[in-house]
Amino acid sequence: MEGPLVRCVDVHKRFGRLEVLRGVSLDVARGEVVVLIGASGSGKTTLLRCINHLETVDRGRIYVDGELVGYREDHDGRVRADREPEVARKRAAIGMVFQRFNLFPHLTALGNVIVGPMHVKKMPRRRAEEVGQALLAKVGLGAKVNAYPGQLSGGQQQRVAIARALAMGPKLMLFDEPTSALDPELVGEVLEVMKSLAREGMTMIVVTHEMGFAREVADRVIFMDEGVILEEGTAEHFFQSPTHPRTQAFLSKIL
Amino acid sequence: MLPFLAFQFEADAVWEFLFNEQIVDGAWMTLKVAVISQVIGITLGVVFALMRLSKNPLFSGFANFYIWFIRGTPALIQLFFLKFGIPSMIGDPDIAREFTFFRAAIIAFGINEGAYMSEIVRAGILSVESGQMDAAKSVGMTYLQAMRRIVFPQAMRVMLPPTGNEFIAMLKNTSLASAIGLVELLRATRQIYARNFLIMELLVVASIWYLAMTTVFSILQAELERAMAVGERERPETLFSRVLAIIGGRRGI
Repeated sequence: MEGPLVRCVDVHKRFGRLEVLRGVSLDVARGEVVVLIGASGSGKTTLLRCINHLETVDRGRIYVDGELVGYREDHDGRVRADREPEVARKRAAIGMVFQRFNLFPHLTALGNVIVGPMHVKKMPRRRAEEVGQALLAKVGLGAKVNAYPGQLSGGQQQRVAIARALAMGPKLMLFDEPTSALDPELVGEVLEVMKSLAREGMTMIVVTHEMGFAREVADRVIFMDEGVILEEGTAEHFFQSPTHPRTQAFLSKIL
Repeated sequence: MLPFLAFQFEADAVWEFLFNEQIVDGAWMTLKVAVISQVIGITLGVVFALMRLSKNPLFSGFANFYIWFIRGTPALIQLFFLKFGIPSMIGDPDIAREFTFFRAAIIAFGINEGAYMSEIVRAGILSVESGQMDAAKSVGMTYLQAMRRIVFPQAMRVMLPPTGNEFIAMLKNTSLASAIGLVELLRATRQIYARNFLIMELLVVASIWYLAMTTVFSILQAELERAMAVGERERPETLFSRVLAIIGGRRGI
């Protein structure tokens, strides 16, 4: 299928009186890696959560692979909320990695990875375990298959979380500040996994302040401020000649 | 000078009646009613907790009403409703006859327990971080799948201690059913002392049975809590785990 994998058109979102997204439009091509930066409260995380419908959208539309997420368009062109199984089906194709890992503490590393394939994709346990073991080996945790999240370091937990998302065979991966809850010495191992994923051609939207990562793998960097996209360009552009004063002010703080 | 007190307590009678057939049958009935009522209560508790957490005002409104009504009226009145009130309302004697002592008791206790359990279940669900639901949804689970596979197993750990409390209270509260004529432990006791006047002795017998049952379930609860502490660095020690550790030579006393 042609066209961008992700298409956000004039997305608005408010929490009570707080307008978090004020008209965001963004296309992400297949295989593209987009890094979202911006101060806290700028709407990056909310945009990410809207893309897999963990948040509803107040106005505007979000398409992933040509399908509206969380909504359907009727013949008369009106947009209605999807029924829950439909929402779940669309979400299953979108992987998400959270800042605080959100691993399931009552399941082992392997259990975390196979719970989706087994109960959502109805994959037989044996097959799911094969897939899960291969994915854990891929993120460098082949030896930690039976460890519980509480027995793993932050970096290891986040890698399990990446494997969990990959187990569903997603078209798109969303990363919400995947390294900001980690001790500095553990950031590298997570970024390595993400880089190899990017090199394999995975479409990724990454909220992060790791500009080194952006420079190495991002096709595009987007700066968000107060619920809108203020500036976009390559990582180099942001290093050398950010145009907007707010972008300059933000970068001077994080670089 | 203190007046002369003539205590009369036949300790032998306690032994004599401890395993009396009527008493054992009564204790068995108490246990049966308590376990079945608790199972009904837990089931209703889960349903009503989910209804209360629902965004649909019809569901949450109904759940709120149920909890308000049940917690606000005495369990004894609820028993009377089931055994006498509702059957008298129904004209048909054949249907009224279906409201046996036993059925009335488990329905009344089950519905009563459901109101308390629903609050325990709700607290358990709320104790699970919202990120767990997000993560479950992000792998494509529906709300009910996420509840069953991810949220409930974690909520159970929080729910278990108060549920243990509830069950122990339930074991004792079944004695209320003696008032509608169910021959459980207390009524069996009273039937016997009405004949032989060994009132204190038989009340001691009944107490020993209640204590024995609550003790067994307290131990079971501790074991269950240990079994559920999976994935934790330190699992709570229990009576059995300590005994096993000593037998296995893991450490001394």
